Amino acid sequence: MNPVEIRLKSLMLRGLDGDAKAHSVLLDALARLLRGYYGRRLGADAPDLEDLVQETLIAVHTRRASYDRAQPFTAWAYAVARYKLIDHYRRRKLRATLPLDDADDLFYEGEAHAAMAARDLNRMLGELPAKQHQAIRYTRIEGLSVAEAAARSGLSEASVKVGVHRGLKTLMARFRKDVP
Amino acid sequence: MRTEELIQQLSQDLKPTPAGAATGRLAVAFGAGAVLALTGMLLLIGTRPDLADAVRSGPFWMKAAYTAGLAATGFVVVERVSRPGGAGGKAWLLVAAVAALALLLGGIELWSTAPTARAETWLGRSWDLCLPRIVGLSAPVFLAVIWAMRALAPTRLHLAGFAAGIAAGAVGATVYGLACDESAAAFMATWYSLAILAVGAIGALLGPRLLRW
Repeated sequence: MNPVEIRLKSLMLRGLDGDAKAHSVLLDALARLLRGYYGRRLGADAPDLEDLVQETLIAVHTRRASYDRAQPFTAWAYAVARYKLIDHYRRRKLRATLPLDDADDLFYEGEAHAAMAARDLNRMLGELPAKQHQAIRYTRIEGLSVAEAAARSGLSEASVKVGVHRGLKTLMARFRKDVP
Repeated sequence: MRTEELIQQLSQDLKPTPAGAATGRLAVAFGAGAVLALTGMLLLIGTRPDLADAVRSGPFWMKAAYTAGLAATGFVVVERVSRPGGAGGKAWLLVAAVAALALLLGGIELWSTAPTARAETWLGRSWDLCLPRIVGLSAPVFLAVIWAMRALAPTRLHLAGFAAGIAAGAVGATVYGLACDESAAAFMATWYSLAILAVGAIGALLGPRLLRW
């Protein structure tokens, strides 16, 4: 299942059970997603953008009983966001209808992409020999210097450099094969 | 106000929301509406004089089964359309199946009635009273259901109003069944259904005004 769905739904369920911390983390995550979703439609510097975000957060909060725990959370949140957007258009008489979009428009950017990219990266690194995997993880992901990486992995600095070089080469070749 | 502050305020003193809160609220509304409709029927119309005998007859229970069936399936639809993105989906098929069954029964009955007696079977003695009375008895149920839905989050407001009207109309018709001494399936399939449909139409018209959030 979609990692965003899993994370947000678990926050929502904990919030419904009375976990105030989870609820505020959820609203915070939704605020960022909503800013993006509405920003792409009204313009990122629209003067009423933040009002609309807040109004939607209030609706998510006060109408949370309307969420059916058996259903996907992202579908529920998207329907609330879309309803508030249409209502906004109607009040402003900007436009009577909303261009076709779907839940991905609310959830795809940022979080979902980052999570999927991290998953893909982990999978691809996992296919490399252990030394190359480690060398790339230390120097390119965790940001250690070659000397630090060598100390931590117990290899020589030269082996770390070679590991990074060979590992990246293999990854590039594989990536080209995966994505035509 | 800054959004961060708003989020803090909303998360303060967070009360748990039970899983069945939405369904429970709707059930309370339907129950309260039914009690009001029943009270109105007893005060304004009165039960049919032969009620004690009627409860031992088939037609009484046929009418009760039809309208209660519509109310039950209508409740399922209302529960769906009260949630964001909800349109009722397959639950509408159940409503339609109950209505189709009644129409089928009424059709068979008329078909097997002598042509000269058909009009009498179809119109009964009270077809012109049936419609306004069912609509009137449905009004408190409709308002109670709208009250419950206003705390939820319907996003298709015409459809949500229509569903509320159908379900409330079915409850009103069930209550009216205690007052109405007609026994023909054709009468029920026509006039009861039309009355319920009328409440649905009123609901569809008023939906956007009453349910907006």
